[in-house]
Amino acid sequence: MAVTFNLNGKSTTVDVAADTPLLWILRDTLNYKGTKFGCGVGQCGACTVHVNGAAIRSCQRLASTLDGVDVKTVEGLSTDGTHALQQAWEELDVPQCGYCQAGQLMSAAALLERNANPTDRDIDNAMNGNICRCATYIRIRAGIKRAAEIKRGTVTPSNPGGRPEDTSDGSPRRLLEPSR
Amino acid sequence: MTTTIRPTKKKGLHRRDFFRVSALAGGGMLIATYIPELEGKLSGLSGRARADFMPNAFIKITPEGVITIVSKNPEIGQGIKTHLPMIIADELDVDWKDVHIEQADFNPEAYGSQGAGGSTATPINWTPLRQAGAVGRAMMITAAAQTWSVPEPECTTGHGAVMHASSNRRMTYGQLANKAATLTGPAANTVKLKDPKDYHIIGTRVPGVDNHKIVTGQPLFGIDFTMPGMLCAVIEKCAVFGGKVVSANLDEIKREPGVKHAFVIEPGPVARDGLLSSVAILADTWWQANSARKKLKVQWDEGPMVTHSSAGYEAKSVELSQQPAQRNLRKDGDFEAALAGASNKVEAAYFYPFLSHAPLEPQNTTALFKDGKVELWSATQQPNGGRGLVTRTLGIENSDVTIHIMRAGGGFGRRLTNDYMVEAAAIAKMVPGTPVKLIWTREDDIQHDFYRPAGWHYFSGGVDAAGKVVAWRDHFVSFGEGNGFSNSASIGATEFPARFIRNYMLDASVMPSDVPMGAMRAPGSNGIAFAVQGYIDELAHAAGKDPVQFRRDLLSQWQADPPAPAAEGGRGGRGGGRGGGPQFDAARMRGVLDLAAEKANWGKTTLPQGTGMGVAFHFSHRGHFAEVVQATVTKAGTVTVDKVWMAGDIGSQIVNLSHAENQAQGGVIEGVSHALGQEITIDKGRVVQTNFNNYPLLRMRQSFPVETHFLKTDNDPTGLGEPMLPPVIPALCNAIHAATGKRVRTLPLSKNDLKWG
Ligand code: FES
Ligand code: FES
Repeated sequence: MAVTFNLNGKSTTVDVAADTPLLWILRDTLNYKGTKFGCGVGQCGACTVHVNGAAIRSCQRLASTLDGVDVKTVEGLSTDGTHALQQAWEELDVPQCGYCQAGQLMSAAALLERNANPTDRDIDNAMNGNICRCATYIRIRAGIKRAAEIKRGTVTPSNPGGRPEDTSDGSPRRLLEPSR
Repeated sequence: MTTTIRPTKKKGLHRRDFFRVSALAGGGMLIATYIPELEGKLSGLSGRARADFMPNAFIKITPEGVITIVSKNPEIGQGIKTHLPMIIADELDVDWKDVHIEQADFNPEAYGSQGAGGSTATPINWTPLRQAGAVGRAMMITAAAQTWSVPEPECTTGHGAVMHASSNRRMTYGQLANKAATLTGPAANTVKLKDPKDYHIIGTRVPGVDNHKIVTGQPLFGIDFTMPGMLCAVIEKCAVFGGKVVSANLDEIKREPGVKHAFVIEPGPVARDGLLSSVAILADTWWQANSARKKLKVQWDEGPMVTHSSAGYEAKSVELSQQPAQRNLRKDGDFEAALAGASNKVEAAYFYPFLSHAPLEPQNTTALFKDGKVELWSATQQPNGGRGLVTRTLGIENSDVTIHIMRAGGGFGRRLTNDYMVEAAAIAKMVPGTPVKLIWTREDDIQHDFYRPAGWHYFSGGVDAAGKVVAWRDHFVSFGEGNGFSNSASIGATEFPARFIRNYMLDASVMPSDVPMGAMRAPGSNGIAFAVQGYIDELAHAAGKDPVQFRRDLLSQWQADPPAPAAEGGRGGRGGGRGGGPQFDAARMRGVLDLAAEKANWGKTTLPQGTGMGVAFHFSHRGHFAEVVQATVTKAGTVTVDKVWMAGDIGSQIVNLSHAENQAQGGVIEGVSHALGQEITIDKGRVVQTNFNNYPLLRMRQSFPVETHFLKTDNDPTGLGEPMLPPVIPALCNAIHAATGKRVRTLPLSKNDLKWG
C-alpha cells in the first residue's frame, strides 16, 4: 500500500505491505539508519521516534496507521547536532557502544518538550522503556538535566572537542551526584 | 582521593618494538610499529622487501599538517577507538583536536593483533603505542634540528610543532613531514618516553570520537551497512541445540512477497561456533524476509539434547556434590582435621544460572561472495577467529577474505564467537555476486548464544575461636568432560582465597552438556566472585566479625607462594590472565578494600531497618576491585540498590578518565542487572527465554549512583573492560543479608523470597 507521511518535515511516500513497521520503513525503504532495531517487540526502546510529537516504538507502529502523521527521527532532532540533548550528550560523553542512544535521545526529547525541568522521577518514568545494555543510565540522567539547563538558557554548553580538562590525582571527576 | 605509591614495579606486557618510517606517496611521513610477536617472522624475512614487514599501528602526517591515527581494535563500546589513539597522540605531542581517527580494517599482517577481549588492549599496547608516538616526536625534532642546524636538545615540541626557543623559531609537524620522512627513526626501546606529569591527553577526559555520529544518527554500526543490490536475510536454526533440518516448505516460502531465495544450509566443519543446519530466507527487505519466516515450516530432527534441562542439571549437580569429587585442583594442609577442630562450621551451596550476553545490536553481518573471495562487513570482537571460521567453512584461503571491522552495538564477549559471520558468508556463497545482509532477531540472539555457564559451589569450612578461617573446601560443579571444563566454565587453583587459608581444598566435578558456552564480561569471575565472597560473608558472620575487618584479616593471615600456573580448562583470562601481568596481590587488594570502605563510610552510618551495606572484592583481568553496596529491601521483599562505592586498582595511569568512569559505572550496573532477574533456563534442550520481556535487563528506574574511585599504584596500567563487574554481585547479596538477615545463595534474586519483618 502507498502511505504518505511527514518525515522530519518532508512529505514522504512509500509503497510497502500494510503490516510493515515504521522501523523497517525508515531503515530499509528510506535508508534512515539512525533509528535502531533492538528487540522488535516494544521492549527496548532502541527504535523510538516521535509520531505527532509523542515518543513511540517504531517497531510496533505499522504502515497502515501512518497516513498523514508527522514522524521525527534522530536525524530530525537537528541537522548538525545542535539540539540541546545532542550537545549535552557530547559534552558529558554519554555513549558507550552508542546503539541505544538514538532511542534514548528521542524519549528524552519528548520529555523535555513537555517538561522543561524534569525531576529524577520524571526521568525514571519517561526513560524506563529505553534499555541501555551498556548501562549508561547515570550519564543519560545527567545528560537530560544538562540539556534542560541548556534549553532554559541557564548555562552555555562547553566545547566537548576543546582541550581536555587536566586532573592530577587519577580520580575521574564525577559528572554528577544523582539523587534518587 | 587516596594515592598510594607502591615500590615494586611489576613488569607487565612490555614489548620491544620496531619502527619503520617511509615516505608517503605525495609527501609526508608514515610510522609503523612492529611488535615482538612478529620478531621471528621479521628475522625470517631478512633480505625481503620492506613491504613484507608487519606494522601494528600507523601515524600519518601530511605536509598539510593532517595527522591521522589508525585505531586497530574493534570498538564495542569499551572506548578503544578513542583510547589507543590518545596514547599515541600524547607522546607524539600533538593536540587532540588536530587528530583524525580512522578505524582499521582487519589486517593482522599490517597491524598485529586486532581483538576486543580479556581487558587486554591497555596492557598489550600501553608501551608500544607510547613508543610509536615518541618515535614520531623524536624524528620531528631531528628534522627541525637539521633544518635549523641547531643541537637537538635545544628543541622542544608542543601543539604539533617543534620550537627552538633561543632563536625563536617554530615549524609545524606538517612543515617538517617531508624532511622527517627521509630520516631513519630511533629504535623504539631507546626513545625517551614522557614523564607522566607531562601528559596532556592521557589521564584527561576525552569524549568518544564517534559521539557526534551517534547523536546525529549517522550510519555507523554493522547493522547500518548497506550497498546497492543488497538482499536481506534471516536464518532459522533448530531451537534444540544440535537439531538438524529434515525438510522445509521452501517452495511456499519462495512465493512470499519480496522473497528471492530460500534454501537449507548444511552444517559446517567447525564444531564449536561453526555453521549449523538451518534455513535461510533472502528478500529485498529484512521485514519481507522476516515475514516469510513466520510462514516457514521446518521438520527438525531435534537430536539428543532434547533430554537436557536446567532442572536435570540441578539434579545432577546435587548428585555429584554428594559423591567424591571427580578431581582435586588444589590441596593445602589437612582440611578434614582442621574442620573437625573448628569452633564454628558453615556449609552452603551456591548456584548461578546461565546468562545470555544480549548486546543491544542483534547479530548481523553483510557478505559479498564473488570470484571465490568473500568480503565481510561485521561487528566482531575477534576478526581473526572469524576469518579462520570462514576459510575453513567455505574452503577458501585467508587471502580470499576481507573483513571490515564495524562498530559494534555492544560486545560483552558475545562477538568473540563469529557464528553469525560464517552464516552470512555461507549464505552469500549461495548467491555469488549479490551482497547479503543477515540480521538476527532478538529471539535468535537470546536462543542461540554462547551462554555464561551456570555453576554450583558446595562449600564447607570453619573458623576457630578467634574467628580465623581454619578450613575451606569448595566442591565446584560445572560443565565439561573428563579433565576438561566447557568454555568459560573453569576455576583456577589460585582463585582467592587459595593461598590464604592453610587447610584449603578445591575440588571439581563436571557433567556434559552441549549447551553452547562462552566468555561473558569477566568470564568465570562473574559467577565465582558471587559464590566465594558470599561464603566469606557467611564465615564472617559465623565468626561474629565485621565483614570488612574479616576480609582484612583474611588477606593478612597467611600467604602461600604463588604456585606454578595450574591447568585451567577453557578460556577466560581470569587471574593473571593471558600474557602474564600481575597476579593477586594482597596489598593491592587491601588498598582498594580500605578505600571502598572509607568512601562508603563503612560501619559509621546508621541505616534504617531494611537497609544494609555489603562488601566484596575480587581480582580478575589484572585488576583489583572492592565494592560496597547499600541496598534497601521492602518488607514485601523488593530490592532497591541505593548506591555503590567502587574502588579499583588498575595501576599507575587511567588513560581516559571519562570513559573509565563510564565503563566502571556501566560494569557495576550490569552486575546488578545480572543479579536482579537475569536467567537463561534450558528445557527440552532449548532456551526458554525469548526476548527482553522474560530476560529483563536493568532499566532507568532501577539505576543508582555509582561512585568510582581509582587507587593509583606504581604498576603498569591494565584494562578496565571487566574487573569492576564481579564484586558488585556478592556485595549486593551481602547488603541484602545485612538488611534482612536473609542469605542469597541462588541467583537471580527474583528466585529468592526476601520478605522480612
Ligand atoms: S526494537 Fe522497538 S522497542 Fe525494541
Ligand atoms: S550505549 Fe550501548 S546500549 Fe546504550
